[in-house]
Amino acid sequence: MSFRSPDPTPEIIVWVENLAKQFVLHNQGAAILEVLRDVSLTLRSGDCLVLNGPSGAGKSSLLRCIYGNYKSDSGRIVVRHNGQPVDMVAATPREVLSVRRQTLGYVSQFLKVIPRVATIDVVAEPLRREGMEAGRARDNAATMLHRLNVPERLWKLAPATFSGGEQQRVNIARGFVSDYPVMLLDEPTSALDATNREEVIALVQEKLAAGAAVIGIFHDEDVRDRLATHLLNMAPLREAA
Amino acid sequence: MNSGSTAPLLSVSGLSHYYGAITGCCGVSFDLWPGEVIGVVGESGSGKTTLLNCISGRMAPTVGKVEFCTRTEGLADIYRMSEAERRMLMRTDWGFVHQNPRDGLRMGVSAGANIGERLMAVGARHYGEIRDTANDWLGKVEFNLDRMDHLPSTFSGGMQQRLQIARNLVTGPRLVFMDEPTGGLDVSVQARLLDLLRELVTDLGLSAIVVTHDLAVARLITQRLMVMRQGEVVETGLTDQVLDDPQHPYSQLLVSSILQV
Repeated sequence: MSFRSPDPTPEIIVWVENLAKQFVLHNQGAAILEVLRDVSLTLRSGDCLVLNGPSGAGKSSLLRCIYGNYKSDSGRIVVRHNGQPVDMVAATPREVLSVRRQTLGYVSQFLKVIPRVATIDVVAEPLRREGMEAGRARDNAATMLHRLNVPERLWKLAPATFSGGEQQRVNIARGFVSDYPVMLLDEPTSALDATNREEVIALVQEKLAAGAAVIGIFHDEDVRDRLATHLLNMAPLREAA
Repeated sequence: MNSGSTAPLLSVSGLSHYYGAITGCCGVSFDLWPGEVIGVVGESGSGKTTLLNCISGRMAPTVGKVEFCTRTEGLADIYRMSEAERRMLMRTDWGFVHQNPRDGLRMGVSAGANIGERLMAVGARHYGEIRDTANDWLGKVEFNLDRMDHLPSTFSGGMQQRLQIARNLVTGPRLVFMDEPTGGLDVSVQARLLDLLRELVTDLGLSAIVVTHDLAVARLITQRLMVMRQGEVVETGLTDQVLDDPQHPYSQLLVSSILQV
């Protein structure tokens, strides 16, 4: 692994140190957008850290940096993967993929629709990637879709034409179908009605009770208050003076 | 790593190819691991096809090394093998899907024979078994079996492309090279083909190198991406990272030039 160094205590499963991220827009006069500066956090098993702050504060960017979707400029993002600490900032793409496959789940705000793939297979895909046999993966996907009240008549259809709320539930089902020890949730309840919001809260609570750690963005105050064990307040960065 | 094997399937180091004074590609190095799909993107003339030809044993690079992990000897330099060994590799462990199916199919023989021929090249002799395998593969690529005995020239572009894919995969290759596999197809056929490729890659654990100028294709079927410009690789990384947070000015230009529908 690319990272072997101080491993604080085994129960810490994610720790971020002095993370910084800026975008350099080369084709727009090399404009620089600074989105994260000196961000640090630690997560233990059972923690739900809620990122709090107005839009533009860098909440989604932080999740994306942790997932390796955005490239961090400096600092460390260490995730305990199969018992070993892996620094996502320094890891090779292959290591990042391995961490994503087994350790780190990410539910984005919107479902990235794959043309022609049936809902049930969209949800089963993470399990198939882990090597689970197709039938079993579909059974697990079905259980999750039932829980999130996605009607069975939709399962064979591709989600492209579904409503926003239906797509979001498919996306959540896909994120929760696998047993990731760490989950990153980017506003998973934004388009849901009260019943489904309750179901998502229950899903997250079960994950936490089972020992997972969650970093989430929830604009709904009620959801935030019920799930958060910790808060990280974030504010948009001002131009350096 | 805890997952995957410890040796790369393909290892390319310091590869350059020059056409006289003109640079085809320059200083390319990367490893491809079993089960991985790498995309190569860039505009026309950026060296994508030159690179693909060099690493697929079709054109010796001016300098540099291409090593493939053979079943018997581990990593071996493909340009130091005998011609016969290299051809055997291309028939068995490798597949090559051309942009134009006419370059990858034998247009003078039926669909079934196009598949049977690859099987016979690796030693299959039993007619019934060859026909069954051909049937099975044509089914996998959603090919209408009633057309099995027809000539490829009577098929649509999409059907020809699916036939070419079946012809390539029937021998169970470990590595498939694809040059703009969805290039000349209309979008509905493209989506169907991409879906098929995704499924095959997942189910068979195939490794692939896919050259494309279509970033949407790259996002759908590749895990890693190399961005080429003027013969050089200017950026590499996880596909979603390169597309969502491109670092190099040229990658940024490519990504920002996509039309949204």
